[in-house]
Amino acid sequence: MSIESLRCKECGATYELDARFACESCFGPLEVAYDNSSLDPAEVRRRIQAGSQGIWRYADFLPFVGRPGDPLEPGLTPLLRADRLAERLGVDAEIWIKNDAANPTHSFKDRVVAVAVAKARELGFETVACASTGNLANAVAAHAAAAGLESYVFVPANLEEQKLLATGVYGTNLVGVRGNYDDVNRLCTQLAETRPWAFVNVNLRPYYAEGSKTLAYETAEQLGWELPDRVVCPIASGSLFTKLGRGFQEWIELGLVEGELPVFNGAQAEGCSPVATAFAEGWDVCKPQRPETIAKSLAIGDPADGPYAVEQARSTGGAIDAVGDEEIRDGIALLAETTGIFTETAGGVTIGVLARLVERGEIGVGERVVVYITGEGLKTLDATRDRFRMEEIDPDLESFETKFEQQEVVA
Amino acid sequence: MAVTVKIPTQLRAATGGEAEVEVSGSTVGEVLDAVFEAHGDLRERITQDGDLRRFVNVYVSGEDIRFQDGLETEISEGDEVTILPAVAGGC
Repeated sequence: MSIESLRCKECGATYELDARFACESCFGPLEVAYDNSSLDPAEVRRRIQAGSQGIWRYADFLPFVGRPGDPLEPGLTPLLRADRLAERLGVDAEIWIKNDAANPTHSFKDRVVAVAVAKARELGFETVACASTGNLANAVAAHAAAAGLESYVFVPANLEEQKLLATGVYGTNLVGVRGNYDDVNRLCTQLAETRPWAFVNVNLRPYYAEGSKTLAYETAEQLGWELPDRVVCPIASGSLFTKLGRGFQEWIELGLVEGELPVFNGAQAEGCSPVATAFAEGWDVCKPQRPETIAKSLAIGDPADGPYAVEQARSTGGAIDAVGDEEIRDGIALLAETTGIFTETAGGVTIGVLARLVERGEIGVGERVVVYITGEGLKTLDATRDRFRMEEIDPDLESFETKFEQQEVVA
Repeated sequence: MAVTVKIPTQLRAATGGEAEVEVSGSTVGEVLDAVFEAHGDLRERITQDGDLRRFVNVYVSGEDIRFQDGLETEISEGDEVTILPAVAGGC
């Protein structure tokens, strides 16, 4: 597709394809508009299949003038059938796990950052920056290092240590802000006005967000060019959730897949659930909250795409649920015990909501459900602490047999 | 009460390029009305039917007014009112 302009999602005003993110007439979010009238689906499919083993195989649907490049290409992460998870939940349905922790910096953020950094280079920026809850910080620091760009990463100062260490190692300028994510975000919005930097999720946000569409394309391609019946996806700002919808919609319109949009189920933590609350209350705006949850990567109290996420859940017959910290811990354990995939707290939120949907009887027999696991368990190790016990023994048989006397013995 | 209102880049076409506007008022609503008096184009850009548009955030000395009393939030001497687009950030 060729990119046409930036277009306001609220009022339709159009702008040039430069570094800007909010409409001057109504402050609505800007989105990249494409002209896909010249695309032939059979040709596009051949180009995809002959493409790289990562997100650039979908370059036809990404916001570049030329062909994008990136030395640290993310994407084509595993989509795994999780029958043992379905069995443990007691549901007679196809449950699939899209394990997006299998990216270069172990979260789906590599997709959006790869797109934003490539766009920053296309626009001539020499420094990239971001406001982050942690995963984005890892990705921006790494992709900037790979591309040879300077970077500034702003995070809440009280972030998990694992995420700070996994950011600093790339040689970025790591800035811990005394405040929550929304404070960090406000500061970066102000800094973006005066610094000649590409803030990936502020002034480059329209391009950055496009990277999330690749998760929809991969899902459809990995399912044999078919759509799932339902998706379960975590919501922080609501950008991933809504871009998944846009990705599927683009392929439906082009004729690459048949059918209609899947049912969209969103997942939030009870300690930060502005979008789930707006959904439950029937509001078309999200009332901001002060986050208090172990799911720090989802702790956005003032979600930029919240209103659109609510609309998408409603229009597809889905819902947005919120689960508590114990359900999050249980969700992490359930996924690990049944699939061998260790996810961070955001994944615990998603699995917790999947369990809720099963309990409510919302998942039909034979339904094909894709569950998005967006980050890696090693980044939030604290969430698994004290859930199991290590047996300590002396290095002799007797000591082992005393502790494990019930174990089977061969000969 | 005299306050400084910070205007984001997206709205400066409506203020003749000015990044700050000095006005007075005792609540956020009064302050914004005073800004609209001076720069009429701004009213339609950030409000709709008397309320702030849904992608407009207003802060009084760094604090989001939705955590306070919205447009009724009281202003103290020396406060700084900041208008920012809400669509930044996130995942």
